[in-house]
Amino acid sequence: MLGISPGPTSMGSLTYQEDLDEEKNSEFTWEVQANNRAYNSQFKEKVFLCWQRKKYKKNVIHTAKYNVFSFLPLNLYEQFHRFSNLYFLLIILLQGIPEISTLPWFTLFAPFVCLLTIRAIRDLVDDIGRHRSDKIVNNRPCQILMGKSFLWRKWKNLHVGDLVCLHKDSIVPADLVLLASTEPSSLCYVETADIDGETNLKFRQAPVITHHELTSIRKIASFQGKVVCEEPNSRMHHFIGCLEWKGKKYPLDSGNILLRGCKVRNTDTCYGLVVYAGFDTKIMKNCGKIHLKRTKIDHLMNRLVVLIFVSMAVISAAMTFGFWHKVKEFNANHHYVSAMHMHSVAMEAFFIFWSFLILLSVLVPMAMFIIRVEFIYLGNSVFISWDEHMYYEPQDLPAKARSTSLNDLLGQVEYIFSDKTGTLTQNIMTFKKCCINGIVYGPEETPGKENPFLWNKFADGKLLFCNAQLLQAVWANQDWRVREFWRVLAICHTVMVQKNDQLVYQAASPDEEALVTAARNFGYVFLARTQDSITLMELGEECVYQVLAMMDFNSIRKRMSVLVRKPEGSIYLYTKGADTVIYERLQKKGETEWATEEALASFAKETLRTLCLACKEVDEEVYEEWRQRHQEASILLQNRAQALHQVYEEMEQSLELLGATAIEDKLQDGVLETIKCLKQGNIKVWVLTGDKQETAVNIGFACELLSENMIILEEKEIVRILEVYWESNNNLQGGKKKELPLQSKMALVINGEFLDQLLLSLRKEPRALVQNVNVDPLESWQEPGEERVDFLQARRLSLMWRTLGIQLRSSGLAPQQEDSKTLQSSEERRERAFMELASRCQAVICCRVTPKQKALIVALVKKYQNVVTLAIGDGANDINMIKTADIGVGVAGQEGMQAVQNSDYVLAQFCFLRRLLLVHGRWSYMRVCKFLRFFLYKTLASMMVQIWFAFYSGFTAQALYEGWFLALFNLVYSTLPVLYIGLFEQDVSAERSLELPELYITGQKEELFNYWVILQAIAHGTATSLVNFFMTLWVSQDSAGPVSLSDYQSFSVVVALSNLLSITMEVILITKYWTVLSVLAIFLSLFFYVIMTSLTQSMWLFKRFPKNFPFLYADLNVLSQPPIMLVVLLNVSLNTLPVLAFRVIYQALKKPQRKEEVEEVTSEEVITVEPVPCIHRESRARRSSYAFSHREGYADLITQGTILWRSPGVNSDMLVDHTMPPDEPSGSMKESLWYPRKMSFLGRKRHSHHGKVSSEDMQPPSEVSSFLTMDRRSAPHPQPLNKTWPSGSLQEKLPYSPQNLLPTEIPLSALDSQMTPVESQTLPSSQLSLQSQPAYLPQEKTSLWNIRKLSWKNWSYIWQKEPEPRREGILPVSSSNLSSVMETVPSAKGSSISEQPMEVEPSPVEREPSPMEWLPEPSGDQAAPDLAE
Amino acid sequence: MAMNYNAKDEVDGGPPCPPGGTAKTRRPDNTAFKQQRLPAWQPILTAGTVLPTFFIIGLIFIPIGIGIFVTSNNIREIEGNVFMYYGLSNFYQNHRRYVKSRDDGQLNGDPSALLNPSKECEPYRRNEDKPIAPCGAIANSMFNDTLELFQVGNASDLMPITLKKKGIAWWTDKNVKFRNPPGTDPLEERFKGTTKPVNWVKPVYMLDSDEDNNGFINEDFIVWMRTAALPTFRKLYRLIERKSDLHPTLPAGRYYLNITYNYPVHSFDGRKRMILSTISWMGGKNPFLGIAYITIGSISFLLGVVLLVINHKYRNSSNTADITI
Repeated sequence: MLGISPGPTSMGSLTYQEDLDEEKNSEFTWEVQANNRAYNSQFKEKVFLCWQRKKYKKNVIHTAKYNVFSFLPLNLYEQFHRFSNLYFLLIILLQGIPEISTLPWFTLFAPFVCLLTIRAIRDLVDDIGRHRSDKIVNNRPCQILMGKSFLWRKWKNLHVGDLVCLHKDSIVPADLVLLASTEPSSLCYVETADIDGETNLKFRQAPVITHHELTSIRKIASFQGKVVCEEPNSRMHHFIGCLEWKGKKYPLDSGNILLRGCKVRNTDTCYGLVVYAGFDTKIMKNCGKIHLKRTKIDHLMNRLVVLIFVSMAVISAAMTFGFWHKVKEFNANHHYVSAMHMHSVAMEAFFIFWSFLILLSVLVPMAMFIIRVEFIYLGNSVFISWDEHMYYEPQDLPAKARSTSLNDLLGQVEYIFSDKTGTLTQNIMTFKKCCINGIVYGPEETPGKENPFLWNKFADGKLLFCNAQLLQAVWANQDWRVREFWRVLAICHTVMVQKNDQLVYQAASPDEEALVTAARNFGYVFLARTQDSITLMELGEECVYQVLAMMDFNSIRKRMSVLVRKPEGSIYLYTKGADTVIYERLQKKGETEWATEEALASFAKETLRTLCLACKEVDEEVYEEWRQRHQEASILLQNRAQALHQVYEEMEQSLELLGATAIEDKLQDGVLETIKCLKQGNIKVWVLTGDKQETAVNIGFACELLSENMIILEEKEIVRILEVYWESNNNLQGGKKKELPLQSKMALVINGEFLDQLLLSLRKEPRALVQNVNVDPLESWQEPGEERVDFLQARRLSLMWRTLGIQLRSSGLAPQQEDSKTLQSSEERRERAFMELASRCQAVICCRVTPKQKALIVALVKKYQNVVTLAIGDGANDINMIKTADIGVGVAGQEGMQAVQNSDYVLAQFCFLRRLLLVHGRWSYMRVCKFLRFFLYKTLASMMVQIWFAFYSGFTAQALYEGWFLALFNLVYSTLPVLYIGLFEQDVSAERSLELPELYITGQKEELFNYWVILQAIAHGTATSLVNFFMTLWVSQDSAGPVSLSDYQSFSVVVALSNLLSITMEVILITKYWTVLSVLAIFLSLFFYVIMTSLTQSMWLFKRFPKNFPFLYADLNVLSQPPIMLVVLLNVSLNTLPVLAFRVIYQALKKPQRKEEVEEVTSEEVITVEPVPCIHRESRARRSSYAFSHREGYADLITQGTILWRSPGVNSDMLVDHTMPPDEPSGSMKESLWYPRKMSFLGRKRHSHHGKVSSEDMQPPSEVSSFLTMDRRSAPHPQPLNKTWPSGSLQEKLPYSPQNLLPTEIPLSALDSQMTPVESQTLPSSQLSLQSQPAYLPQEKTSLWNIRKLSWKNWSYIWQKEPEPRREGILPVSSSNLSSVMETVPSAKGSSISEQPMEVEPSPVEREPSPMEWLPEPSGDQAAPDLAE
Repeated sequence: MAMNYNAKDEVDGGPPCPPGGTAKTRRPDNTAFKQQRLPAWQPILTAGTVLPTFFIIGLIFIPIGIGIFVTSNNIREIEGNVFMYYGLSNFYQNHRRYVKSRDDGQLNGDPSALLNPSKECEPYRRNEDKPIAPCGAIANSMFNDTLELFQVGNASDLMPITLKKKGIAWWTDKNVKFRNPPGTDPLEERFKGTTKPVNWVKPVYMLDSDEDNNGFINEDFIVWMRTAALPTFRKLYRLIERKSDLHPTLPAGRYYLNITYNYPVHSFDGRKRMILSTISWMGGKNPFLGIAYITIGSISFLLGVVLLVINHKYRNSSNTADITI
């Protein structure tokens, strides 16, 4: 380890635990030299003993398991890993011992070989598919540096250490270190949809040094850097390494890495160095861990098999006991057999036990396993993918069953956990309505034929919202409110713009995009943005607004404001935000406000996402005074976020309401009907989303999971209820438990933090963090009201739990091991209580949950409710939950394929879930159950006779049936009809299944296959076998005739035929869906009986193998006798008639009862609807669901200018060699990479044109010039290095000034900055760490904290400036950003909540940056001594 | 009409299409089979629909049962061909080791099996270094009592009744399954090199004087070799053919049975029996089958009545199709 602190990135927000592991495990032994294959291939790794192979894998991927030679041995080896196969192999081997062999060798061998063959063929087919897809992937083209130029090669030719050139929209072939790109600062935009499912673009940035040095192909070709990093691992968002080049070391982290599978976006060309290839890549390390899911029936079957084995053993033992007695008699008296018993009685008995075990092994329905898994599941899966009702035309996507062993489970689902975005909703935001000045403008019913926006050359043709009246108002340009309304939309946002031939907006959230696009169509076109200006085209006139401050959105503020100076000089504050927040801050409440409020209410009723727009003019003096305080606040070191919040608050007062917008978060087609239908089918739908509570609730209403007459319980109420419940139960321990108040209409809305405190037993984490809440007194700092409430809530919750008997530690980190049992149980009891409550609710919505929590919720339900869970989602954040749930359904849609790749079923739309469950699931369940029940019956009915026969054959384990009949019975004679049932049976049609979702309940209650059903099948089978055996016996006893059935062969034939026909009759009776196929199946199986019997009893075979085919013409002789046919008829009718009558009578008697039951239930429900006053939540007329789905921090990106261009002050590009790579498109590259972009020049020109602004006014909202990043994970910095850092150098960085922006000033500032990068490179710790919460430290004892202390000790040195704009993760911190940071940290001293964000595993969920990832920034030198104290 | 913005418009994402298959749609075929809409008949078994079945079965079975019963009872009159059986009880011909102890190849005349019988025959495979023909425990324990039937005449004279030895075994057994070793030599030559089963008095080629009923194709032997299913069994011993249509085969009178006792059964508490019986269209005398048929026919009829009642009572409620398996 080189002492490099890992750069904090927003991506790499790992949990502490992972950090710790990281510290322990990471050995930097992975060396990759660029452009040097020989060097890289010298690394060898020991495989086995002295064998070695190259350490670095090629980029070839082989996911196929077998090749031509390895198929047979490997496949057989795998197959014999299965228990049942091993068992049968054992039986077959036993059979080889003549002493105990009871059945001919082929009886078990033939089916066994069939089983193995079928399985092997299936594996083979699968593997061929994998071979094919491997080939496609390995042959994808990419450009690799060969010698001096980049040549097109295939992916498989790529080696570690190669340099790759990637173009726009190409897929990254291996894990690369980004070296340079054509974008400013060598940024590279990637879409990680295939990796984590997020479609928003992410930034990757090349290391500064390579960005500066590698400016041409020639230079790249001669690049000799060496990357030293950790061994390949599966941590997607984590990478630590360093680049050694020219004797210096530069840090690398995940912000420099392009992962295999990403797509390059919006970046013309980029160059990368391959670090991990092939199976070493992060994505490959992450896949392939297929964990086996089993169905409920599987479990039941397993138990059944055990039951069968046990009963077999018991029966064998009993038979042996019988033999024990008999064999003495045989030896003593029966002269004709006495010589056959050559061993002692005990030995004979021992042998006979095994003999019986072999004989009875036919009772294990071996074929049942083969047929069920290989045919029925497969068939039903194929039917799912064939269903054209689940085919989604727009994407040309049929449904797909990836897992072929869970079909029956689909018919038993009780809980559905659904993601929101992309699953329930389309993730398309539609500008639906707006209200300006109290007047509501909705979409027009009949749109005009002409495009109403023709006058506007910037109008986006795709957008269809139009309102002539509104258009008139806009054109008239009379009402200032209309004007300002659109201006707010056009100015107050964080959208980025790309101007090619057309304007392309890139927004962090689709909401904003919709709003800005709406403004664009109505003539207020957002044209360009610089970090301190916004250019609009207002009704054809170009105006430049100076951005004075951006007050970013966050979940607490629920609003965003931009302070601008209009072209004419006045200062305006434009605000948009949640209605509640805006209304609090209005200057007056007049008629317009009331009208708008009404409009908002109506919008909310339509479940639209609303935003209120407001503005106000700000006096110059007020601004000046505010600016001072803003600046002061933004340089605070402690409580800065809160201070900034205060400052913003001051500004955002006495606003003037302009209007409101309503955006529709479009639900997917059919979501409403689907959810309704599923609810009717007694399926509970839980929505788990990373989104905010408001939006989640809004969607809950939109898809009618929630309704107005429901009692929606939020945290407080839940806690109260649980408290009451718990206390009453605690007092009555051992006594009768008090039930939770039964509410028929309840819904839960909970959020991630609450869950964190709840799901303690599930997550294996030290609970000290939570307990600290109780221990630490509240600090003096004050948090914003809402957050404080949450905190208090959390505190109260823990207090409550303490009263519930949890022994809390006094303080510190007391070991948790002791009395963990009691803790565990109390935790579990708490969880159980919660589950009991939740299971009574109609709907549960969990918002702001991390992927891990999503999985935990599923695990919680699985743990406490014995139910089948289904998780459906489309993004990578759903993978955990999809994997945890019994069934994972991936929505193959817009968010990439990762969820799909981890799912068991793939659907294109949420609404197909209805058909998947109610039709296919129900059918599959019904089919499998029917199949199993029948198969069990069939096996017992036919094979139990062996046991009865033993009583008559002196317990000598003589088989009753002919060997061939036994061998073929399960394979051929009786299989087709039951296979038909398993594949095609329909009790009701698909349409009826959908009409009557209630039918689904059968599956949930496991009515079709349970112990009772098994018992029935056993009883029925036993009865059939008894009838067949004893009727035949009684008839044959002492019968006469040349062809009697008193001889063994005839008797066997009659019993066998009776059995076969009885079973066939049973199939005929239970088949409810008669098609040509079913008739065919029955006829075929009987036909097979005839054919195979005449074959195995033919002279031809007898002559060749007399021993194996002893039943020569037995059937022919026996069945040509009419009386024998009469016996068979007797047996069959005796088996069929009573059962048929019983069923019909039972049904007829049962039906009326059922109806009564249903009525009872409904009446009960009606009675129990009673309001519980104590948990009524405050009735809200309006649901506020402001439309901001993105996370905060974007304002900082803008104000820092990172994503726009480099600020002139730090631009060192001017001095860089301008040689162009020969094969690069020259023009665009020149502009984009080596110069500030065209656009920025434009902006600057305008600055000078409109340069009435004084220099003070140009003060940017944040001090970009110097900033620090704080890394909670940072390693100690080598002191000497820090000391070399001249403290005065901080002054080199000047605040922005208008002069800086002038072209003439650029060289100067560039010079300034040029020094800094060079020096900063000498510091491996260019991102420095700072511990801003010293009070936190002493309590911690882990190594992590030791490191922290170290860095804290050193912290007087670690102030340093960071001249380069950083990549996304360590963005310079602006004031607005900081405010939010502090707000998310409720306690400075390690409260549970403050720890929360850090425990979250790397999550693609929108989430506020972890507080520690940001660092307060000092404005000058004075700050450092202050801190050092 | 509303303004739509799809954030992912520019993302060409979507599902991965198979390369080159862009023109081909993946829409599933709309066939009845694939859509599980095969034309089908979905009978619902209700009291009303199954009711006739029970009556019909009842109406058919009762007459059959009566027919069988009557026929079976009439067998007493010994008319037509009379079958002579010997019966053994408590004799486990279905003992597993016993059943196996034979060599079908040898019995089928396979020359190699003749001299080298199957191991299954142990310990009756070889005797004094010679292979046993026929080998095995079954053959060794062949029933070897001789039964002779005489009619006692008026003057107490014994008139032997002709007992036919042939035609008592399955045709296929006699002509296909059991074959003497091939060759045109006399049987004794063909069985050369073998020895008789331990318990036998005579070798196999001396079972009968008739060439066609000697050796392995001796019908007594074949009948014995067709092992019984149950410990109490009877085997056909002889046929008494009817001489003319006018007289019963065995007219009423006194008969004398001469048994040459060779076969020991006392040791295992066995019983020997001799049974004389005629055979009707439905086999030998067997009242059980007839009674069974009558019973089942009656039960079926009864169930029909019950269903009728139920159908009448619950007709209204059975309109809705119930979903049960």
